[in-house]
Amino acid sequence: MMLRTFATGIAATALAAFIGSALAESTTDEIAKYREALQDGNPAELWEARGEEMWTKPRGPKQVSFAACDLGLGAGVVKGAYAALPRYFPDAARVMDLETRLVWCMVHQQGYTEADATKTTFGNGSAHRSDLEALAAYVTSQSRGVRMNVALDEPHVHDMYRLGEKMFYYRGGTHDFACATCHGDDGKRIRLQDLPNLTKLEGAQKAYTTWPAYRVSQGEVRTFQWRLNDCFRQQRFPELEFGSDASIALTAYLAGRANGAEYNGPAIKR
Amino acid sequence: MGMKVGARCIAGALMAIVAGGVMHGCASAPAEPDVTDRAAAMLKSSFKARGQATMDRLDQDETQRLCSEYAGRTLPASTAETIEKANLATIRYPADGKLVGDWKSGEKIAQSGQGFQYSDDPKKSAGANCYACHQLAPQELSYGTIGPSLYGFGKRRGFTDATRKYAWDKIYNAEAFAACSNMPRFGQHHILTEQQIRDVVALLVDPASPVNQ
Repeated sequence: MMLRTFATGIAATALAAFIGSALAESTTDEIAKYREALQDGNPAELWEARGEEMWTKPRGPKQVSFAACDLGLGAGVVKGAYAALPRYFPDAARVMDLETRLVWCMVHQQGYTEADATKTTFGNGSAHRSDLEALAAYVTSQSRGVRMNVALDEPHVHDMYRLGEKMFYYRGGTHDFACATCHGDDGKRIRLQDLPNLTKLEGAQKAYTTWPAYRVSQGEVRTFQWRLNDCFRQQRFPELEFGSDASIALTAYLAGRANGAEYNGPAIKR
Repeated sequence: MGMKVGARCIAGALMAIVAGGVMHGCASAPAEPDVTDRAAAMLKSSFKARGQATMDRLDQDETQRLCSEYAGRTLPASTAETIEKANLATIRYPADGKLVGDWKSGEKIAQSGQGFQYSDDPKKSAGANCYACHQLAPQELSYGTIGPSLYGFGKRRGFTDATRKYAWDKIYNAEAFAACSNMPRFGQHHILTEQQIRDVVALLVDPASPVNQ
């Protein structure tokens, strides 16, 4: 089932060569090799380039660039900013993740309405590209090699971390699923897909530091907001709202647990 | 990490009490039950109903509430017993007493993950998605490992009435046997119809099923 989805993405020919041996040997090992082969030429670079252009050019009704946007390290500073998010922003009186902060800058500095700024949170092909995914790809690429350093001592962030931890274990819906149902044990997989154990530091670090990612199966760069949104869809929950408090609390919990690990996104994933 | 932060806050609180000063950093850190309630409230204000996935999906029943509360910790034996007893009481049987259906239909149901997501067509019947977590028929290589392998289920346990009843009960409500199991309660939550449960039971217990070859 997974291999079928896989083949709809790019590099289907390259993959075909893997499939033959994949079933004979360990399929997950082969997928890891495939991922490695693609790592040299990650299509996420196209999103990064588009995001960088958007970052520097005047935008919106007020024709203001992101040079005025403070991601926590000062106006316009991008280098290393993602590795310290989420953080508390006094000007917004709120703990924000990257995507929420980008929307805040678009609304408060560039003059967009909230509705316009969040019109396409998740892209769908070239006709419905997401500016937020491109901007996130650019900003996160500027933290590559930087160790995660979310300020868990800061009381607002600390509170969100604790709320996010509770939410991680919150069972609900028709199927009784929580985040922990799939991400609470070592060495588990769903069908053939390996599942990170996010309750262990190593698992959380490896998973969190590789988002955003270019999803081969979707041909899109997906952000952490998307990751959470789509996990909850599969949990049979209602839809997680973009930039909602719960999304930021869960991000604070997982980003906080990734502290100390080198950020390595945008990555490439199935 | 969470533990570390918590310990630091407690230490900070003690120091603040000793010093008689105002505590910074963790002053607003509330007691545990408050975090639980606030997390639930925050969840409810952060989702929106979409399609068949209505907001009441976030309302927990007692089993979900207890399993969330004790997640990541050892479930006290008395709580486990309470959960199992309450869930055992929900199990219903077909009026005709027939627990075993068609294993071929059961295999299709076991393969399908469709159903109950807001992206699913509510008019289509739901699957049980057994292969997402379990090995069943050995021909299917794409199986998950969240649950144990069920290959040889009937053969190992014996093709008896007791095995058939256990398969029905477990699919109907897994919480009756293992409190806070990861397995959905397919009967109690009406994920599967009576006939679908029969068919999945057949996949597990029919001597002709590939699961028992």
